[in-house]
Amino acid sequence: MKFGIVSFPGSNCDDDALFAATETLRQPAVKLWHKDHDLQGSDVIILPGGFSYGDYLRAGAIARFSPIMREVAAHAQRGGPVIGICNGFQIACEAGLLPGALMRNAGLQFLSMPVTIRVENTGTHWTSRCHAGQCLTMPIAHGEGRYTVDSETLEKVEGEGLVVFRYVNALGETTDAANVNGSLDNIAGVRNVAGNVVGLMPHPERALDALLGSTDGLVLFESVLAAVHA
Amino acid sequence: MKHFRVNVHIVPRKGLLDPQGKAVGDALHTLGFTALRDVHVGRYLVIEMAAADATAAETAVREMCARLLANPVTEDFEIAAVTAA
Repeated sequence: MKFGIVSFPGSNCDDDALFAATETLRQPAVKLWHKDHDLQGSDVIILPGGFSYGDYLRAGAIARFSPIMREVAAHAQRGGPVIGICNGFQIACEAGLLPGALMRNAGLQFLSMPVTIRVENTGTHWTSRCHAGQCLTMPIAHGEGRYTVDSETLEKVEGEGLVVFRYVNALGETTDAANVNGSLDNIAGVRNVAGNVVGLMPHPERALDALLGSTDGLVLFESVLAAVHA
Repeated sequence: MKHFRVNVHIVPRKGLLDPQGKAVGDALHTLGFTALRDVHVGRYLVIEMAAADATAAETAVREMCARLLANPVTEDFEIAAVTAA
């Protein structure tokens, strides 16, 4: 299974994602430059973290107009798996691949720390190997991660089970204290209706090695491997 | 075609938490501006462009806001002025 990792000017987790694909998962992977027009046969697309275009205007707002995004949208439309991590989540929301938007953290601080998230939905390409309610620990590193959506869309997002992850405490409870960036309903990640596109603020690709403190990110990649091979 | 300068304000949508505005408001309170009710921090853009007339310039900028400059989920925009440049 071939991973395609999109590099925008200002992406800084593309090498982490590449390492995850090639070293941890032992899968072929290619970096796709944002000006490319072809996914080079990639089966899975990762929109990595970083500060594409310097976060000018809004995080992710300009990256969504990169030429490669047209191909990414077509891949998503065909049911191909896509994950947006951190800045990649912001880009996916700006591009309309996922509902909602990410705003400045409620506390205004850039947050770089491990968090615990709870799996709310296992009907996606990225969480099929998780069990509902499973708690995963992985790092966050963002200044604009407060998930927001208008009330009408929120009803759909909650009603149709599009919430994939929520910030929780060590006991797996959605408390205000655990909701580090002030997201609506503690939402840390969402999916599209088809379940092939998932976005989240935490970094699963940085939680693949015990040396780095957690291997909880692995289950997301195992899920997508299973989904593509199925 | 004439040249126009279009001034646009983009502000956080009413009712959404605006932590930046709140932080600035709190600082102003501390300075003694106690009559202050609320502060909203947004962006101010000046767009210079060619258009047939002021109406056409405004229409084009509205489309720019809808498609890129403002996020329809979180922001409102307001065209403050269209002037011949």
